[in-house]
Amino acid sequence: MSLRSPLGRVLGSGSANDGTEHWWAQRVTAVALLILGLWFLISLLQLDNFTHATVSAWLGHPFSGVMMLLLCLTIAWHSYLGVQVVLEDYVHGPLIKVVSLLISRFAHAFLAIAAVLAILKVSLGGSL
Amino acid sequence: MSNEGRPLSPHLSVYRWPISMTLSILHRMTGVALSIGLIALVVWLESIALGASSYEALSGWMRSGIGQLLLLGWCFSFFFHLSNGVRHLFWDAGRGFEKSQVTASSWMVIAAAFILTGSYWLVLGGLL
Repeated sequence: MSLRSPLGRVLGSGSANDGTEHWWAQRVTAVALLILGLWFLISLLQLDNFTHATVSAWLGHPFSGVMMLLLCLTIAWHSYLGVQVVLEDYVHGPLIKVVSLLISRFAHAFLAIAAVLAILKVSLGGSL
Repeated sequence: MSNEGRPLSPHLSVYRWPISMTLSILHRMTGVALSIGLIALVVWLESIALGASSYEALSGWMRSGIGQLLLLGWCFSFFFHLSNGVRHLFWDAGRGFEKSQVTASSWMVIAAAFILTGSYWLVLGGLL
């Protein structure tokens, strides 16, 4: 049995019991993307050219690989949270709302895993 | 029971359009554009992993007029969403809520987005 008061248990929880989670995750991923996104754009500027050899050598570097994995996973997460809010705001039919939210979730999961696999393939030397 | 003819509470259309409303809409639109950009990023990574011929095919397409326009659009969307996102983080910290501050920061965000996009595009253009 909890000794916390009923008020103490509900404070900050919101009506769905996880009121701040979505909001907070959006902010944390936003700050992460501020760093990762700028890193990505700056590292593109530092490439000598955009031939396949140069770009795959860059992506194959362990540090680039880690940063690109973080970037893609964080974009997918942040994008999922944002698209979810947009769909919830503008898609009103009960069925179409659930279906569009599901499609968005599946698409983001697919993109995240596709990105991870592509980066790992180059990192682990699978590229021809 | 009909509600017709009953007074309505003031809606969006009765207000003089403030700049902050344009930015709020643009934040969502650029966010959705960047979500579509995630697909392009994943396709780019896949093309690197698949090898030189796929990569060159995609690169050739991105160097076309439509490709360049898309890249420029994503570039602007990124810098706008980033600049306005930083403004959101200031708001989250409880700062900059005065009407005059919001108007000033709106114009700062617009200026930052255009300056960052323009300078990045110029530097990147020298490399391509």
